[in-house]
Amino acid sequence: MYRYDQYDQTMVDTRVAEFRDQTRRRIEGHLTEDQFKPLRLQNGLYLQLHAYMLRVAVPYGTLNSAQMHMLATIADKYDRGYGHFTTRQNIQYNWIKLEDAPDILADLATVEMHAIQTSGNCIRNISSDHYAGAAADEVTDPRPYAELLRQWSSFHPEFLALPRKFKIAVIASETDRAAMKLHDIGIRIVKNESGELGAAFYVGGGMGRTPMIAPLVREFVPLDQLITYSEACLRVYNRYGRRDNKYKARIKILVHELGLDEYRRQVEDEFAQLQGQDIEPPLAELERIGEYFRDPPFTVGLPEEIDRSDPDFALWVDRNTHAHKQPGYVAVTISLKPVGGIPGDATAAQIHLMADLAREYSFDECRVTHAQNIVLAHVEKQRLHELWSKLDEAGLGTANLDLIGDIIACPGLDYCSLANARSIPVAQKISQRFAENGKDGVLGELKLKISGCINACGHHHAGHIGILGVDKKGTENYQLLLGGCEGDDTSLGKITGPGFDEDGIVNAVETATDVYLRERADGERFLDTYRRIGMEPFKEALYG
Amino acid sequence: MVDLAGTTDNVQFRFRDDEPVDHGAVTVDAFLDQSNAAAVRIEPGDDARKLLPHLERVKLVEVNFPAFTDGRGYSSARILREAGYQGELRAVGDVLVDQLSHFRRCGFDSFAPDQPLNEEDAQRAFATWPQVYQAAADDRAPIWALRHGRKA
Repeated sequence: MYRYDQYDQTMVDTRVAEFRDQTRRRIEGHLTEDQFKPLRLQNGLYLQLHAYMLRVAVPYGTLNSAQMHMLATIADKYDRGYGHFTTRQNIQYNWIKLEDAPDILADLATVEMHAIQTSGNCIRNISSDHYAGAAADEVTDPRPYAELLRQWSSFHPEFLALPRKFKIAVIASETDRAAMKLHDIGIRIVKNESGELGAAFYVGGGMGRTPMIAPLVREFVPLDQLITYSEACLRVYNRYGRRDNKYKARIKILVHELGLDEYRRQVEDEFAQLQGQDIEPPLAELERIGEYFRDPPFTVGLPEEIDRSDPDFALWVDRNTHAHKQPGYVAVTISLKPVGGIPGDATAAQIHLMADLAREYSFDECRVTHAQNIVLAHVEKQRLHELWSKLDEAGLGTANLDLIGDIIACPGLDYCSLANARSIPVAQKISQRFAENGKDGVLGELKLKISGCINACGHHHAGHIGILGVDKKGTENYQLLLGGCEGDDTSLGKITGPGFDEDGIVNAVETATDVYLRERADGERFLDTYRRIGMEPFKEALYG
Repeated sequence: MVDLAGTTDNVQFRFRDDEPVDHGAVTVDAFLDQSNAAAVRIEPGDDARKLLPHLERVKLVEVNFPAFTDGRGYSSARILREAGYQGELRAVGDVLVDQLSHFRRCGFDSFAPDQPLNEEDAQRAFATWPQVYQAAADDRAPIWALRHGRKA
């Protein structure tokens, strides 16, 4: 994985010193809260319901064990002994003191980490495929491109006061595991007919209150134009994105209002203007970064067989491992969704353990997934049982990847100052209900996602089943959505009808799954059945 | 023709040796209507490219930031510098300490904040970044260029 050179380290150290000075000026009263707010946000610091929340960047979700250990140390030293892994492949801490924040950033900098641009109206941390470098279907590892973009977007002087936040995802395979088309810019690294790599740009996707699937703006941007084209996309947005209404300020609204053709024309004009400005790093820089992402030293000739005599282990293997490009290896997903747990939360002890296991079993590397789990990307099949035993003992062996218990949920009204309703208790109740009635396994792949407000941090639009918490005359109310999907065949969920109270929504989810179990044809997932039979049978069962 | 409020009186920082323009700036529309103005003020919604055919007679461009959170002026500044504009580029309005280093990178070389800035804080802010990650409107070599042999 990528390692800082002296330049990267200097940039991060400089940022720590800058933020320390800004915090001092705030505490001494030289900066008003309005002036300080964008500065702290661009260092990941939110003011939430009960305390400050710090969001730490995990570029494209990849961490080494020293970094993972530091995340655990921070949880113990500055927070309440746990952290929350997020849908942007980051981690956040919920109980931070403002005066500690500069010290936390300094601690992070010692392991080549930071919280730069994890919030605010700027280019955010760049996300990627959590199986990058391991997946059999990728044309190349997408992370060098994400790293190139990370450096370009860090402290970019023109784009630090954008109309709104700006999220970029980079993938390099046919299968989209990063919800790429639900980003402000989604980039797919592709190979053209002559075998050259380039980037397909999808611009103007997003969730929030106006969910949109990003249209393809350019099929092929040559690799030696990647930064210049990105800059053109951003400049058109910075100049013409709406600033009169924060709910219409994302780039998806601009692309929608201009129309795809007009937005594309403006980007191409800007792209032409930027040619000759010498803003594109040489390909040698991409090659330099790429060196850090070469395959780890895989052992050749390892056995393919897995001893499945332990049924619990066999179930976990079936559900939580993913095919690897290298024979004898698999990618393992550690579920952070135990039955009745808080999705994405891990204790400091668990984070330390995962760090140790990453070092011992996966070439000192792990990844955070956008589904709020942890991946060990390169594990020998012959050592799987040993790994699973250690995970299971620590409460990390839940075999539920992509099942109904593998819920994505935002922090909701338990923490968040924007939320209208709690997400966590609903997730816990659903997870418990389906574990108790034993239907979780029977249902197969079923992605359930919960947001506590219309901002959609819990990706409810993209859930096979989505739940949206709203405020209805002062009480929490939950709308049910069906048919969303974040992958290659991206689709947005539709609301079934009137909402439910907290217990009602749990029952409604079970009702919807019963319709599926009754109607499903051979091999169909919940989503497939919904797409085939449509909304009506579900509506009838729910409201009939 | 009424001049806008901006005068050299409230310029707090200036990184140029030439004489400042001695008259106030006019709006972009007024500038395009009359041939003799040498100072023009760009508001956030103005298209800086409208000035490009006339750059040879412009000596001062003021870019107004009514609110520091509105970053359109950063793009206006870079567009002018990319087109070869060599005159004074002044940030006016809600100009704050923590944006100064970014303003410089986008090509601004004078500053007239509504509220005068603390001198010491401002000097530190101008010098914040020993290196930079990306090419912009200043002539600093980005880190990628330094990594591949260019001198700073």
